[in-house]
Amino acid sequence: MTLTIILIYLGLVLGIGMLSHRLFRGTGEDYFLATRTIGPFILLMSLFGTHMTAFSLLGASGEGYRTGIGVFSLMASSSALVVPVVFYTIGPRLWAIGKRHGYLTQVQFFRERWDSDALGLTLFVVLISLVIPYLLIGVMGGGMTLSRITHQAVPSWVGSILVCLVVLGYVTYGGLRGTAWANTFQTLVFMILGGVTFFWIVDQLGGLDAALAKVAASHPELMIRGDKIPPMKLLSYTCIPLSVGMFPHIFMHWLTARHASTFRLAVVAYPLCVAVVWIPSVLLGVLGNATIPGLEGPAANSVLVQMIDKHAPGLLAGLLAAGVFAAIMSSLDSQVLSLGTMFTQDIVRHYGFHDRMSERRQVLVGRLFVVAILLVTFLLSLVTDRSIFKLGIWSFTGFAALFPIVIAAVFWRGSTKHGVLASIGSVVVLWTYFFVEGWSIPGYTIGGSGVLPVTAMILVSTIVLIVVSLFTARPEPQVLERFFPQQRNVR
Amino acid sequence: MNRRFVVRLAWVAIVVAYLLHNDLWLWDDSGLLLGVPVGLTYHIGYCLAVAALMALVVRFAWPDGLDDDPPTGR
Repeated sequence: MTLTIILIYLGLVLGIGMLSHRLFRGTGEDYFLATRTIGPFILLMSLFGTHMTAFSLLGASGEGYRTGIGVFSLMASSSALVVPVVFYTIGPRLWAIGKRHGYLTQVQFFRERWDSDALGLTLFVVLISLVIPYLLIGVMGGGMTLSRITHQAVPSWVGSILVCLVVLGYVTYGGLRGTAWANTFQTLVFMILGGVTFFWIVDQLGGLDAALAKVAASHPELMIRGDKIPPMKLLSYTCIPLSVGMFPHIFMHWLTARHASTFRLAVVAYPLCVAVVWIPSVLLGVLGNATIPGLEGPAANSVLVQMIDKHAPGLLAGLLAAGVFAAIMSSLDSQVLSLGTMFTQDIVRHYGFHDRMSERRQVLVGRLFVVAILLVTFLLSLVTDRSIFKLGIWSFTGFAALFPIVIAAVFWRGSTKHGVLASIGSVVVLWTYFFVEGWSIPGYTIGGSGVLPVTAMILVSTIVLIVVSLFTARPEPQVLERFFPQQRNVR
Repeated sequence: MNRRFVVRLAWVAIVVAYLLHNDLWLWDDSGLLLGVPVGLTYHIGYCLAVAALMALVVRFAWPDGLDDDPPTGR
């Protein structure tokens, strides 16, 4: 039953992605950016689905189980403010510059903004290094979920290869349009299935009031934040969602909008989407303490799967697995496509063909890179162990620490390539230092103060960017003119 | 109203919203509000309030001139 539902679901996603091919115009811009024709609703769903991973279903319920209701304020409502503000501040502005100059990738934008190949290449390496753990987490997460839900009847690698093949199918065939359509469908699926699962299980537990009263009696500490989440940690954690401003896959979706005003719906509706997904996940995790007690450490992440197994096996288990696959694939597809686009545009086309490459060849190379990336990710998933999942927060930390660069790119004419390179250097050094210090300590904060490494890293990378920029030469006036035209009055 | 003033007002509202995220006064309050622990109810309400705030921001403080650019390409 479970497997049948999953296979039907995967077939549906593949079909939607393939259907989009009917609109394919055969150009590079169409394959990589859907010729910048995406409307408000698909943009919202693509951005939200790409940003949310399986963590918002399984990880959130696991954290709710361990830490209690405070997880919602830490991870959900902080994103509900910071992410839309980032979309509002830089999304439409980057879109406008990207459209004016025909940019296809994030690296291309930064390289030309500061007129520096060295900067483009450095960013390319840093961004790819930070995205790769995410690809692995997605592919391995798909395999492990399927294996767990089928009681190990299906080995992990089968789920991993299924995820890879379906994503491969619609990304290589449908390009960005296929990815956006499939994302929209999948985002709706995991938003709806999260809610259905919640109401079903809560009903089985005798209603929300009774179930919460039971947890409150046995685990009162889960009903408050208390010592589990120190106030300084909540404050510091609001830096993490700034990472959305530097994700290559989010940047790629920004460039696909039809108009600047297309962003408005995403800015307004994002907090609501966050609430819809995270309320059921966190509450189910908390309620899990009453029905599945005693899960320790990483085992808590299986609380949702175990609750479904106990209270709603069969149909709902299959639907939940489909929801988890939806959350995984709606991120994986965009990450893979954005990496493929960067390889094609920023390495092969820029260095190999000096920007003279036919449209057909660009699309072909883009497709081949998507195949290669998925193949390598799948092979790596066979030899990587579970500790890769701990890399998730470190990956976010790295992207968030690079955030001052995108602000400088859009708003500060005086920023220089040396300032930006020094800022990236500071992020690499500090990231490595904190990683070595904190890798083996769960919930690591600087000196146990509650301050996360990300806050210190953003502070340092900002100061370095400003100080070095003040003492080094700006880009040529004609370069600045392209990014800050005097006649336009954008505030 | 002057546009520059409205944009500044939007940013003041965003900073206030950021500060309100730190609900220290509810930290150890285990009471229920609308059937769920008040620390959770507050942050669910917070998401709704942010959506309303952003609706006002995009209505009154949206950046000018971004859609007027001729699509020149490369």
